[in-house]
Amino acid sequence: MPLALLKYGLSSKHREDPHFRWAPELKKSYDVVIVGAGGHGLATAYYLAAHHGITNVCVLEKGYLAGGNTARNTTIVRANYLTPEGVAFYKESVELFRGLSLELDINIMYSERGHFTLAHTDAAMRTARWRAEVNKHLGVDSELIYPDDIARLCPTMNMSDEVRYPILGALYHPPGAIARHDAVAWGYARQAMRRGVEVHPQTEVTDVLIENGRAVGVETSRGTIHAGKVVQAVAGSSSLMARKAGFRLPIRTIPLQACVSEPVKPILDQIVVSGSLHVYISQSARGEMVMGGATDPYGLYSTRSTLDFKEGLMGHMLELFPFMAELRVLRQWAGMADMTPDFSPVMGLTPVENYYIDAGWGTWGFKATPVCGKRMAECVATGTQPGLLRPFALDRFDRFDLVGEKGAASVGH
Amino acid sequence: MKIMNCPLNGPRNISEFVWGGDIKPMPDPATCSDRQWTDHLFIEDNIAGIVHEWWLHAPTNFWFVARRNTITDEILETMTVDRFFQQTAAGPAGEPA
Repeated sequence: MPLALLKYGLSSKHREDPHFRWAPELKKSYDVVIVGAGGHGLATAYYLAAHHGITNVCVLEKGYLAGGNTARNTTIVRANYLTPEGVAFYKESVELFRGLSLELDINIMYSERGHFTLAHTDAAMRTARWRAEVNKHLGVDSELIYPDDIARLCPTMNMSDEVRYPILGALYHPPGAIARHDAVAWGYARQAMRRGVEVHPQTEVTDVLIENGRAVGVETSRGTIHAGKVVQAVAGSSSLMARKAGFRLPIRTIPLQACVSEPVKPILDQIVVSGSLHVYISQSARGEMVMGGATDPYGLYSTRSTLDFKEGLMGHMLELFPFMAELRVLRQWAGMADMTPDFSPVMGLTPVENYYIDAGWGTWGFKATPVCGKRMAECVATGTQPGLLRPFALDRFDRFDLVGEKGAASVGH
Repeated sequence: MKIMNCPLNGPRNISEFVWGGDIKPMPDPATCSDRQWTDHLFIEDNIAGIVHEWWLHAPTNFWFVARRNTITDEILETMTVDRFFQQTAAGPAGEPA
């Protein structure tokens, strides 16, 4: 082994199979142009190529590969939603995530930790029971547990009554997991590119070309591209992009902040969320405590951090985990979240023919990456809204048929 | 802490205020189509740039208008509702200037 390694190191013949195969030039036209090379856009490209044989696809990105919200989320995967539509959708996502390392041939470091949504009030207990029953009915493993069990499963949590909001119980969701967010995007990109998909970073889409109500291409910073179909997957800039295509969205762009502590040895195995206290925390494989809270109190197109956010977060965090007082914050950031009025995403067909949208991922986009990619690819390939995405169609707002997911968002908004 | 100037109470911490979203004209509920009404309820301009917005000073329950840049987070101006609509030629049903 050491000799083989030395030989490999001295050889000039390694890296025969580069991670990414970049295409140097843009072609004049593609069957499908995907705007946005984040996890969702890349997953859509992969499933178009792998499941539908559509490989004349290009993914355009104004920044760099997966540098937007894919790089800014807190990597939690779960399916314990409230509405039957939401639970069914995220259930498929969890199933896909479990096999993703094998499917993409990259270690996404998928780690099932158990997910606690703490309840500090009778109302929160009622919602937890409601969610547990909806989950179980649809085959998702969730149950309501009480302080004895919480203390046994998560010994580092402060279960004392001597706090402002004592813990009454929790919705416990054993499949709750974390994953390496960059690896998910890189895996999809690599497998899509191996099948012929082109990814072009540093290529901004400046306009959408529409003829007779149909999308026929895009104008980019590197010239005009014709497209059979256009898919928009630009979380954070969804309203701006949709405006170029000529329609408006039920979305407000609001920053969602997060931070990580310096890395320490494993001390917190679970993912802990408190909707009442507006905090959530998990420990990464590197040992950092990954923390976040509610969205900012007003809309903004910015990824800055604020002191207010950290003060609010830490005030409650230290009540749950007093040992956190010893840790220093290492990094902080914000992502731009697309908030919809019903706290559910917007996916599929749009008023513009051949123009498809993937938006509205307020604070829940990463966990939907595989299922969204798979079903958006199906939607683009067939030109119809797949059953699983039907409740999330843009026209639900015209029909007053909203998917009220607010009670299930892991942190109150 | 970010400071906002309330037209009634003067400069206060931003945490005392509640964001009310864009000022937008309301269609007449008696005569508009369902589509116009759902548009009014749910659809947003979500402009990246300078906007006129509703804000509430929560402790005094005082609503006013702020002109704010949604890219830089600069609060450019705050004004009473009266003053805003005097400035806006089209009145309450018109687009903000």
